[in-house]
Amino acid sequence: MIQVEHEMHQRRRGRNLGVGLLLVGLIGIVFGLSVVKVTLGHNVEKFDHVRRPMLEQTE
Amino acid sequence: MTDASLYTVRTDDPELKDYFNLLKPRVMSLVVFTALIGLLVAPVGVHPMVGFTAILFIAIGAGASGALNMWWDADIDAVMRRTAKRPIPAGKVTPGEALGFGLALSGLAVIMVALASNLLAAGLLAFTIFFYVVIYTMGLKRWTPQNIVIGGAAGAFPPMIGWVVATGSVSVEAICMFMLIFLWTPPHFWALALFMKDDFSNAGVPMLTVTHGHPSTRRHIFAYSVVLAIFAVGMAFTSIGGPIYLLTALVLNGLFLQGAWRIMARDTEMALADDYAIEKKVFKLSLIYLFLHFGALFTDTLLKSLGLWGGWI
Repeated sequence: MIQVEHEMHQRRRGRNLGVGLLLVGLIGIVFGLSVVKVTLGHNVEKFDHVRRPMLEQTE
Repeated sequence: MTDASLYTVRTDDPELKDYFNLLKPRVMSLVVFTALIGLLVAPVGVHPMVGFTAILFIAIGAGASGALNMWWDADIDAVMRRTAKRPIPAGKVTPGEALGFGLALSGLAVIMVALASNLLAAGLLAFTIFFYVVIYTMGLKRWTPQNIVIGGAAGAFPPMIGWVVATGSVSVEAICMFMLIFLWTPPHFWALALFMKDDFSNAGVPMLTVTHGHPSTRRHIFAYSVVLAIFAVGMAFTSIGGPIYLLTALVLNGLFLQGAWRIMARDTEMALADDYAIEKKVFKLSLIYLFLHFGALFTDTLLKSLGLWGGWI
């Protein structure tokens, strides 16, 4: 009888699921960090080869 | 590659836990703890998400250096009883996989610490990985009996990185926390080496016990313990110290010095008679030594922040 699913595939499924969850976790961390960085109120505007009035110091 | 090898099934396919074991989880727990305390005792507050991300990736960076260490040391790990079951000598993970895994995680960890906090913290993490893998593992470990003295610096960086995540700069307090771990490492490992001598000599690692013998190692343990004790107690009078820390440091260093003195006062014959009981006791004490010192630093900071008894100012 031809076995459609090898035992190896079952083991690899568990590993792939784990890697998937870790990647989702990483995405969550990067997203959460981005939200925090933006809401903390730091100046997110940087030099972009054109005049940026926001970056110029007021006298 | 032949067609046949393409279809070869590895019955011992690595599992997630094998990759996790490459990260030296027990070392990582110490890294998480000390880096977290370094961050928490800093006088600058950090957003919990920033703090969490920084500590997580400092730990992952430390773990990555552990994987790279296992990649380089696979040959001697296979010889030593203590390390023979590590993923590479056990045949679970190939050296190439460990190398790729370690390099990828190192890069990810440094980038994430830079994004979460600042470039100095990320630079320190990168230097720590470089120091542990290149300076210690590839250089000092198999070359000089002073390997763990200088190599101990790699394990001493995490609280400094935690502090830099919060403050953005290195200060006296960060250097103090670094020195505490740096000075603790030699007596901790030499106490272990005294009752694990055969393993190190079989692997050809020039541990002090192998190159200079037990009497010299016993004297070294005591000498380093004296310097450690002076430093640990003196740290109580910095801005991160306080009465709780002072009391903890006095008690622990008293016990540690007493143990180190007893180690120096006896010879191998006496040690063999009771199966290295004193050496094992001092090694066990050294394991809780750091946890309690850093725990006391945190307690003082916590009490101070609550306006209760803690800290000097």
